[in-house]
Amino acid sequence: MSTTTADDHHDEHHPSGMMRWITTTNHKDIGTLYLWFSFIMFFIGGFMALIIRTELFQPGMQFVDPQFFNSMTTMHAIIMIFGVVMPAFTGLANWLIPMMIGGTDMALPRMNNWSFWILPFAFTMMLSTLFMDGGGPAGGWTLYPPLSLQTGDALPFVIFAIHFMGMSSIMGAINVVATILNMRAPGMTLMRMPLFVWTWLITAYLLIAVMPVLAGGVTMLLTDKFFETSFFNAAGGGDPVLFQHIFWFFGHPEVYILILPSFGVVSSIIPTFARKPLFGYSSMVYATASIAFLSFIVWAHHMFTVGMPLAGQLFFMFATMLIAVPTGVKVFNWISTMWRGSMTFETPMLFSIAFIILFTIGGFSGLMLAITPADYQYHDTYFVVAHFHYVLVPGSIFAIIAAVYYWLPKWTGHMYNEFWGKTHFWLSTIFVNVTFFPMHFVGLAGMPRRIPDYALQFSDYNQIATIGAFGFGFAQLIFLWLVIATIRGGAKATDRVWEGAEGLEWTLTSPPPYHSFTTPPNVEAELGLASHK
Amino acid sequence: MKQKYLIRSASSLLGFMVITSQNVWADIQPYNMTEGVSDISNQVFGLHMLIFYICCVIGVLVFGAMAISIYRDRKSKGVTAAKFHESTSLEFLWTAVPFIILIGISIPSAKVLIAMEDTSGAEMTVKVTGYQWMWRYEYVDSDIDFYSILKTPRDEIYNKAEKNENYLLEVDNELVLPTNRKIRILLTSSDVLHAWWVPALALKKDAIPGYINQMWTVIDEPGVYRGQCAELCGRDHGFMPVVVRALPPEEYDQWVLDQEKKNMASSSKVNDKKVVEVTDSQVALNN
Ligand code: HEM
Ligand SMILES: [Cu+2]
Ligand SMILES: [Cu+2]
Repeated sequence: MSTTTADDHHDEHHPSGMMRWITTTNHKDIGTLYLWFSFIMFFIGGFMALIIRTELFQPGMQFVDPQFFNSMTTMHAIIMIFGVVMPAFTGLANWLIPMMIGGTDMALPRMNNWSFWILPFAFTMMLSTLFMDGGGPAGGWTLYPPLSLQTGDALPFVIFAIHFMGMSSIMGAINVVATILNMRAPGMTLMRMPLFVWTWLITAYLLIAVMPVLAGGVTMLLTDKFFETSFFNAAGGGDPVLFQHIFWFFGHPEVYILILPSFGVVSSIIPTFARKPLFGYSSMVYATASIAFLSFIVWAHHMFTVGMPLAGQLFFMFATMLIAVPTGVKVFNWISTMWRGSMTFETPMLFSIAFIILFTIGGFSGLMLAITPADYQYHDTYFVVAHFHYVLVPGSIFAIIAAVYYWLPKWTGHMYNEFWGKTHFWLSTIFVNVTFFPMHFVGLAGMPRRIPDYALQFSDYNQIATIGAFGFGFAQLIFLWLVIATIRGGAKATDRVWEGAEGLEWTLTSPPPYHSFTTPPNVEAELGLASHK
Repeated sequence: MKQKYLIRSASSLLGFMVITSQNVWADIQPYNMTEGVSDISNQVFGLHMLIFYICCVIGVLVFGAMAISIYRDRKSKGVTAAKFHESTSLEFLWTAVPFIILIGISIPSAKVLIAMEDTSGAEMTVKVTGYQWMWRYEYVDSDIDFYSILKTPRDEIYNKAEKNENYLLEVDNELVLPTNRKIRILLTSSDVLHAWWVPALALKKDAIPGYINQMWTVIDEPGVYRGQCAELCGRDHGFMPVVVRALPPEEYDQWVLDQEKKNMASSSKVNDKKVVEVTDSQVALNN
């Protein structure tokens, strides 16, 4: 560490080696742990995806048993959602929020340690179910009963794992809220916070609101299975559809938990490389808030086919369509930020531009899915698979990758290799489309999702998708190598790193001191604001 | 073959954004939603294309603006960045215009949805029950009742025999239905969730234990229409297809008569057996 800040003597006290990481309460260390955890889970979840795509390369059963196939789709989804995207965002929040708001650390550092260290146990427990009697969970990540109640020994372990993941997320979210509301430097008013901080604040409230709902739902599954309750058992007076309402009351806000922080990331990166302030800052904040509000009243668009009353279907159709409005506002604002800027196209910018385009395509298919009569045809087909992969892979995942390229020089003090960054970008972008675009077509042509084998007319496009998936997977190895290489060395990064970068984190050294701002920065001066404004 | 994939995928990619030549359309037809063979399925297809075209137009505008900006506003061209960062009128405009477009879409969508939900005035009723992993069809107005199971041989699934053209979409007993009659379909399940789906009729609904869902259709053209279970139902979810054979009304009526005759024959056999059983037990009692 080359810093000469007043608190250097703190650094001498931490334990070294493994104990440093196990006992750390430092926001940067914990951020690093979250990000590495997420990265490892990304490869595990990706490996499962490749098993799925390998089986689907050709019609006929070639490699795996259908039951194992189902447990792969189930585990892949749970890992990617709870093990990759959510921890990656929490890792970014840990690293960035204190630096962005001019604070020292997170508000609740010990809880921070705990909320991370729960995760490896939760996921070890979940992965271990693959070796249990009856195999892993195979009822889909949505865990619909009665099917999920047919799970073998794995069920209680999966449910406990979900409880742990939920506790971890809730603690992480409370920490984010406490940090943002209490740790801001003087002058960092709410409406001066970077959008990443804003989107995370709103995401944190969503998490606190819906994770307990999921926990309640899966606990009812548990008691249905082991304690003879009948919440979801029709024969005992219960209702299988009730679970779906509970699940999606969590599930739809959850999909926004998976995307809102990406909006924040992209809203930081685009202005930097366009060298122009973010267009419509306050409408971005309001749009995020209205998306969050609407996300609580659209859940049943995932269950149009369960046989809801007409009025219910109409309500959920209209409410869902409404979400397109604030989402559109965001896209328009990003493009207006680029408009008449002075752009350069470093790797983070490339990933952000791809994010805007491909996320918008996912938004289009979302709008199509919102049209209830058409959703009767799309529902539970590969069209839905295409939709959510477009919003999640070139959406959430690309934003996370963009964030890593953007802030890695700040975190490590080294520049990454731009050539390999761009190679990674082009390979990822090409292959993500080769993988997921054809899924729109097979879905429309009638291929249901979650099937291990399919009719002959779907062969061509499935083959293309499988090739794309392998290409995408291998492209991520470049990323892994590049991140490691950058941590180990490389050209020295300046403090500001990017010519157009604005924000408090860039006023710190690269890498930043262990405790971010031990004396509050002069926010107005650093951000170039006149203090009387 | 390879070339064909390439051409097809490239043209489909193009087709999604730029709707131009007749050729492109001819190529991606089979990969679009089916127009189907009922009035409702045609309307659903219409909605699907309407919203698709609207998305295309918005896409061309949005991505077009972006492309212009990416092409023009480059630092390497020596441009300096403008300073503007808000515009109330613009922001109002792009909140209001999408809102109006959405209202425009929601009206026809609501109309189709209302029509889809109107099961009144049905001329016949079939009850469909999902099982792991087959369907049961009960004709409520006559006593026809049978199970329908995947017919594809295991050897085809496990690549020991060549796959036939209806691979995985063929069953032992097809659901026979008349054309030009309003048919009500009731749905339930005996175990886990299933969903009964025939794309050509735009019919898809979940089969749920403890629930009876309903939907309706009028089939316009005779033919064989294939679909699949569309809700994960366990190990063999991918192996429980739905096959509907639509017959002209007269042929259908004849089919019903034939089935009932067959039933009579077999059920009278069953009755005979029962009688025998009864007499046996009576004999036993008498002794
Ligand atoms: C314009 C905004 C969006 C709209 C109108 C929309 C609409 C929908 C609808 C109606 C479905 C249900 C489709 C069906 O099962 O028949 C769906 C599924 C899904 N959406 Fe979206 N969506 C939007 C954005 C997003 C975003 C931002 C994400 C996450 C990053 C997302 C993730 C998902 C997922 C994961 C599913 C599938 C869940 C499952 O069944 O496993 N969507 N979306
Ligand atoms: Cu949703
Ligand atoms: Cu099924």
